[in-house]
Amino acid sequence: MKNKSLISINDYSKEEYLKILDIAEEFEKQPTQNILNDYVIASLFFEPSTRTRLSFESAVNRLGGHIVGFTDASSSSVKKGESLKDTIKTVSNYSDLIVMRHPVEGSARFASEVASVPVINAGDGANQHPTQCLLDLYSIRKTQGTLDNLNVAFVGDLKYGRTVHSLVIALSDCNCTFHLVSPVELKLPSSVKRFIKDKNLKYYQYTDINEVIPKVDILYMTRIQRERFADPLEYERVKNSYVLKNDMLENSKDNLKILHPLPRVNEISEDVDTNPKAYYFQQALNGVYVREALIASILGLK
Amino acid sequence: MNDNQLRKELKVTAIENGTVIDHIPSKSVFRVIKILGLDNIDNQILFGTHLDSKKYGDKGLIKVSNKYFKSEEINKIALAAPSATLIVIKNYKVIEKRQVEIPDTITGIVKCFNPKCITNNQNVTTRFKVIDKEDIKLHCHYCEKITKKENIQFI
Ligand SMILES: [Zn+2]
Repeated sequence: MKNKSLISINDYSKEEYLKILDIAEEFEKQPTQNILNDYVIASLFFEPSTRTRLSFESAVNRLGGHIVGFTDASSSSVKKGESLKDTIKTVSNYSDLIVMRHPVEGSARFASEVASVPVINAGDGANQHPTQCLLDLYSIRKTQGTLDNLNVAFVGDLKYGRTVHSLVIALSDCNCTFHLVSPVELKLPSSVKRFIKDKNLKYYQYTDINEVIPKVDILYMTRIQRERFADPLEYERVKNSYVLKNDMLENSKDNLKILHPLPRVNEISEDVDTNPKAYYFQQALNGVYVREALIASILGLK
Repeated sequence: MNDNQLRKELKVTAIENGTVIDHIPSKSVFRVIKILGLDNIDNQILFGTHLDSKKYGDKGLIKVSNKYFKSEEINKIALAAPSATLIVIKNYKVIEKRQVEIPDTITGIVKCFNPKCITNNQNVTTRFKVIDKEDIKLHCHYCEKITKKENIQFI
């Protein structure tokens, strides 16, 4: 994967992303390694995203690398009207790898075309967030021992949730069965279902979360946002029907793990946090190992 | 070529050597001229709109003297004029006739439907993969959203 930008999870084959997960396992055993001493990583956050930025910066720091960049566009030349192209070309001169977050969809793909160094997309608007997908895959494989033949439930906003889209697409290469739980307004788009159908895999759609809990190995929860609803009353009606509470997990499988891309609002009640099936905080930590693996791999160090 | 066809060809004057692009929807003639960059070349160009057509009732037509188009060049007009026919003329004779075909990729001719796409926010040339040629569905190389036939806007 040397010098290969990661813009969309589809850029990497299954074999390639499995390789990243293998390297991430090594970093989990030994997270601090001085291999980036001679490298400068640009961290360009055109919009703030503290969680993602800290995870990347933690990964770079644990590997002994150096970071240049900005944490939101207001403190950069972008504010003065510099084009994305000019910013990226300039920063390419100062760094060996660019990590970027930008509110405009497709910005990361464009940046990777004008940059002379590889680019990692840390989120381009509602489009892609491939490192989130990698850490989700890592978390699933780690807790289930495999990515193949699993029963995976996605709950909440399946229409706009980009992490759901990427993960469904990636797991379509793994012979999984999909259980899709959402309000009717927020069903998984047909453009994503196409990937499941293309592989002749099964998916089932539900509006009641209780129906899927006993069946699945992974319960992937997401946030339902008020602004997604044209009718505010509709939001009020559905918002509490997609909340996971500890007593709902009674008949779940022993190997079930609950994932969530975080931050959560109220869709997982706090009484779930101490249940050993709750995995979302560990999931976030896995993000550091996966990002270490990705950076090391792109720079040709692993 | 029978007399009837010949008369039709002559309506906008025959050309000795060059290309006739026939069966263009009348409203798309100027668009086709722009897409092919014919407004910037020195060749003699004749064109007509709202001509009689047996097949379509009404059509537009462009004749370019001493110019021949490569397939990938002429296929750029397929979105604006899907029914267009290319007629290659040498010595006043029709040497070849062929239909335009929707290409696999489309660069810089149509806008991405997604207002949040980088191509609508910065100076970036649009690029699409044609994922459905029958129904015309264009997959944006940048924002990865699909622009459907009814949402196509030319640049
Ligand atoms: Zn686009």
